[in-house]
Amino acid sequence: MTNHWIDLKNADVILIMGSNAAENHPISFKYVIEAQKQGATLISVDPRFTRTSSKADIYAPLRSGTDIAFLGGMIKYILDNKLYNEEYVKSYTDAPMLVGKDFDFKDGLYSGYDKENRAYDKKKWAFQVDGQGVPERDLTLQDKRCVFQLLKQHYSRYNTKLVSEITGTPEADLQAIYKTYAATGATGKAGTIMYAMGWTQHTVGTQNIRTMAIIQLLLGNMGIAGGGVNALRGESNVQGSTDHCLLFHIWPGYLATPSTAWPKLEDYLKRRPKSADPLSANWWQNEPKYMVSLLKAYFGDKATKENDFGYDWMPKLDPGKAYSWLDIFDAMYNGDIKGFFAWGQNPACSGANSVKTRAALAKLDWLVNVNLFDNETGSFWKGPGMDPSGIKTEVFMLPAAVSVEKEGSITNSGRWMQWRYQGPKPMGSSRPDGDIILKLGEKVKSLYQKEKGVFPEPILNLKWDYASHGEFDSHKMAKWINGYFLEDVTIGDTVYKKGTLVPSFAFLQADGTTASGNWLYCNSYTEKGNMAARRGQKDAVNGIGLYPEFSWCWPVNRRIIYNRASVDLKGEPWDKNHWVIRWTGDKWIGDVPDGGWPPLESLENPNPKSKWPFIMKPHGFAAIFGAGLNDGPFPEHYEPLECPVEKNLMNAQRINPAAPVYKGEADTFATCDPRYPYVGTTYRVSEHWQTGLMTRPQPWLLELQPQVFVEMSEELADLKGIKNGERVLAKTARGSLECTAIVTKRIKPLKIAGTDVHQVGFPYNFGWRWPETGKEDSANLLTPSTGDANTRIPETKAFMVNIAKI
Amino acid sequence: MNVSRREFIQITGATAAGLAVSGVGFDLSPVKSHAQMLKTVYAKETTTICPYCGVGCGAIVHTDKSGAGRAINIEGDPDHVINRGALCSKGAALKQLAENENRLLEPMYRAPNSKEFKPVSWDWALEEIAKRVKATRDATFEAKNAKGQTVNRTTAIASVGSAALDNEECWLYQAFLRSMGLVYIEHQARI
Repeated sequence: MTNHWIDLKNADVILIMGSNAAENHPISFKYVIEAQKQGATLISVDPRFTRTSSKADIYAPLRSGTDIAFLGGMIKYILDNKLYNEEYVKSYTDAPMLVGKDFDFKDGLYSGYDKENRAYDKKKWAFQVDGQGVPERDLTLQDKRCVFQLLKQHYSRYNTKLVSEITGTPEADLQAIYKTYAATGATGKAGTIMYAMGWTQHTVGTQNIRTMAIIQLLLGNMGIAGGGVNALRGESNVQGSTDHCLLFHIWPGYLATPSTAWPKLEDYLKRRPKSADPLSANWWQNEPKYMVSLLKAYFGDKATKENDFGYDWMPKLDPGKAYSWLDIFDAMYNGDIKGFFAWGQNPACSGANSVKTRAALAKLDWLVNVNLFDNETGSFWKGPGMDPSGIKTEVFMLPAAVSVEKEGSITNSGRWMQWRYQGPKPMGSSRPDGDIILKLGEKVKSLYQKEKGVFPEPILNLKWDYASHGEFDSHKMAKWINGYFLEDVTIGDTVYKKGTLVPSFAFLQADGTTASGNWLYCNSYTEKGNMAARRGQKDAVNGIGLYPEFSWCWPVNRRIIYNRASVDLKGEPWDKNHWVIRWTGDKWIGDVPDGGWPPLESLENPNPKSKWPFIMKPHGFAAIFGAGLNDGPFPEHYEPLECPVEKNLMNAQRINPAAPVYKGEADTFATCDPRYPYVGTTYRVSEHWQTGLMTRPQPWLLELQPQVFVEMSEELADLKGIKNGERVLAKTARGSLECTAIVTKRIKPLKIAGTDVHQVGFPYNFGWRWPETGKEDSANLLTPSTGDANTRIPETKAFMVNIAKI
Repeated sequence: MNVSRREFIQITGATAAGLAVSGVGFDLSPVKSHAQMLKTVYAKETTTICPYCGVGCGAIVHTDKSGAGRAINIEGDPDHVINRGALCSKGAALKQLAENENRLLEPMYRAPNSKEFKPVSWDWALEEIAKRVKATRDATFEAKNAKGQTVNRTTAIASVGSAALDNEECWLYQAFLRSMGLVYIEHQARI
């Protein structure tokens, strides 16, 4: 979230799309309802009338997988009716920037497409730059090649009639929603978006979110209270685990994983673009300080200037090759992966195409499964259709402690890092995950010490002294993540003593005199104490619910990011009632500003001491034109890999031309196939969490939601002769699932290009191991193993399925 | 007097319980005050954050100070500025996550082609895992890729997880995996 949970109360319009927050983030609704009580309008757009929809002022259905068409229509509406915040758009976004002559869009393809590799040459989308390399801008927004005009041209095709034919949303609903939401472009008004996996789990997932980001920028909704782009993260620490980068492509603090493109540290440290614009803070130019401090955190004293701080010891990726979730199970299915850790996760139920995942697990030599309960992953070899005697995989199942049995921090969706304490001790022989990792690391280190082995340096040199009294010490680790001065360092007039905690990332160094496990968390545990453990009840001076003394949030306790866009050029808040920061003449007050520079004053003659507000972008402007995306700088509607229409009504490409397609024997797909005539989607129920692994073994929650079900309209049930409560078999090109029919008015057939299209939905919270009847299983047995063009998040939200009475 | 909401509830709890007479015709006050005592006198009180969704609601854990030392109650934390004491169905049932007879309580091992798990010691399990990690890594380690560029990695071991770990554990885990040369490192954020 660019903003945070409490801030939802400051919104004038809340759009919940790609999320069922009332069901899956129930306490968020405390603030949605508070906003409504103060006059805000709640809009819910969802294939199904959900618990969220039941609280909404406006509800509209859409066909799963058509969000870009829906939102593209809103961009057109905003531009046609001039409802954008012109000063904001001109001053803070790339709308005035001129795009180079090589950029083009025709027949659903951007320039630079390489069909064979399903990839674009993004150099074709570069900005037109001056002699210094600074993009040229037309502040009148009239030049035909400026981003604003190209945007207008691109979305001119997204008229409500066509959008309605694609999405199935009635035109009147589209117009009502466009009008209501676009009204937040007025100065002093705030519109916010709450989205979740309903947007990410598509072949166009990233572009779903970008379409909304463009809307938020046009309306001046970024950086303000009650605005922003808010991903509702579904796990208690998925924000923190992403920040610390348990992901193939990034290292802690969102630093790129080293690849052969940067063979030496020197190459890596030079890789970020420079900006010749003195008004661009270009914050990423500080990356060398963060990278060297991270290497010092990994290897401590063993990382020296002479050995490039251990850069060579660490693994390198092949550029352009993905090592993502889908790729892991593809490689495992092909027998290329021998050993596997499933640590606090249940992949046998959680990823797309569980049929493939489960078959892949049987090809492993060894599997380590760490969890609170036995699960479908650890016991895959005795699951449905498996013959244990034919499965060679060795399985180690390790019992982990529950969160209340250990001490440490987690980071919520609003980026708040919150400390938890130990209540009871770990039950039985279960152990905190940290302790298991630490002890396993000690064992591996000791084996390499005793027996030597291949390239032992990184293992032996890894700093691994995070225990106290023989057990993992989360305070020690948290302090090391924050970072220490390793030498006396003089900054300005102050000497920071060796062995003291670094106050914030502005003090980190690129010469090896500081160590920090994650620059974004530098400021979280300082000489002033453990910031995440704070419980202060006082609000900030602006009274908008920031609670700056309660816990701590990254970066540097800034509660609303991009907040320097919440003010006009003079530093006056757009919204006087819910202001985030305000310039007093010599300093900012309110939230921690995105840099302390003074206001810009004017666009024509900006104050040379100021900076453009989007400091993480090389040129300082928010990107309407996303030239770094794999699938094009503007979001475009493409159909899901499996869809009910033969032709994309928007352009000549049926599916996202840059989305990965896996072609193994387990990757079967069927589109416009009469055997699988209905649009399927997946979701969650409030009483279970994710694959249900932590909730299905609990008696109360299981009693509340005991069975996997399929929801369908009365019309479809009638057509198929299915009655409410009957068991039915759902089938896709990959797998099948037995489930209980819920016949409901909450789902209605949609008119798509003149034809009735039925949608059905399945909760994916189930698995065969719990409940112990073994009859409930995962909806991911149905979903396809394909993914988003940028993130490779699987497309589990839109696929084609059939259902039949058993 | 500067008291937090929670302290206020603690201070007034005994009085309120003493005055309360239930509408069902009999006096519940002794039961209520006993229940209050269980939490405040016989229990250690710690704060926690709910382990489910990303809202980050606060809860209070009451742990029995005597006997088994187990959690006897978990409830919403009224001083938490986000949830102000409220919890959803999952958060309200949090005690059943910790105090659950289905939990794994000892390391288990399943041999190749076996039909069952067998309990094993921690030391044996970790030692055997370390041996397999080393054997697989050493047999598959790539110092250079096909183009002859230095890569120092293994693609024969993969890891998924976890957003269920604490921040400090996540950092420790990724450092461990990367030091061994793993590149197949993924977790819930990707799905």
